[in-house]
Amino acid sequence: MVNATAVLPTLPSKHWLRGTAPTTRFSLRGNAAAQQLAGQALGLTLPVEACRAHSAGERAALWLGPDEYLLIAPLIEGEALRAQLAAALAPTPHSLVDVSHRQIGLELYGPHASWLLNAGCPLDLGLAAFPIGMCTRSVFMKTELLLWRKDADVFHVEIWRSFTEYFTGLLSEVARELPG
Amino acid sequence: MLVIQCPFCGPRPELEFAHGGEAHIARPSDPASVTIEEWGAFLYLRKNTRGVHAERWRHVRGCGRFFNALRDTTTDQFIATYKAGEAPPASATGGAV
Ligand SMILES: [Zn+2]
Repeated sequence: MVNATAVLPTLPSKHWLRGTAPTTRFSLRGNAAAQQLAGQALGLTLPVEACRAHSAGERAALWLGPDEYLLIAPLIEGEALRAQLAAALAPTPHSLVDVSHRQIGLELYGPHASWLLNAGCPLDLGLAAFPIGMCTRSVFMKTELLLWRKDADVFHVEIWRSFTEYFTGLLSEVARELPG
Repeated sequence: MLVIQCPFCGPRPELEFAHGGEAHIARPSDPASVTIEEWGAFLYLRKNTRGVHAERWRHVRGCGRFFNALRDTTTDQFIATYKAGEAPPASATGGAV
């Protein structure tokens, strides 16, 4: 297995951006039965409501579509979790794909986090329209991203690996307008 | 920016969507038994409606799902959106579809 930390892109050092701990990621497709079995193996309930994330400790399940989820957990749990999920899901039709290294996790934080994102993302990121616990795929200028609001001022962002520099570079340009 | 109502995600910006052509075109259930003209019509002939048009859209940068929409092609107004497999809402079509 590739040492993920060794191939992580270098992030610019900013007071509104930080990397997240190395993460294992699974793309899960399946019906309600598969969702229930996967939730049991993961130790949480998969969200049924659209665009919501459920988390338990360091593990989380993010609703991406009516039968599509992103499951995330610490990288060190990856091998064991894959085996657990595969065993739990075996009785029902499903697709479970390890996408750990397809994208990287970033966190945008601080009072300007949503302002920074709105420089390239057309979503309404006000707390009423995009409450804590909401997650969705969207766009940031010409790249796709996954947004998950973990707190009023904290966004977890998943970005495709090769677009990291594009994303952080554009945000750095925008951030030149910030005070301080 | 145009806001489109995804039947799964709710109101979302136009940038996240892709247009998918005319909706409700059923593939012949037994392609071997239709004439070449019928097959050609299935593949290529479209209404090119001026006015209320039923068409497919995909929330490609969101939930990724295809759905159907009634859109007025003269004003670009979305009259209704509904899930694939559902009939268009009768109240919204004005008998046009
Ligand atoms: Zn959607």
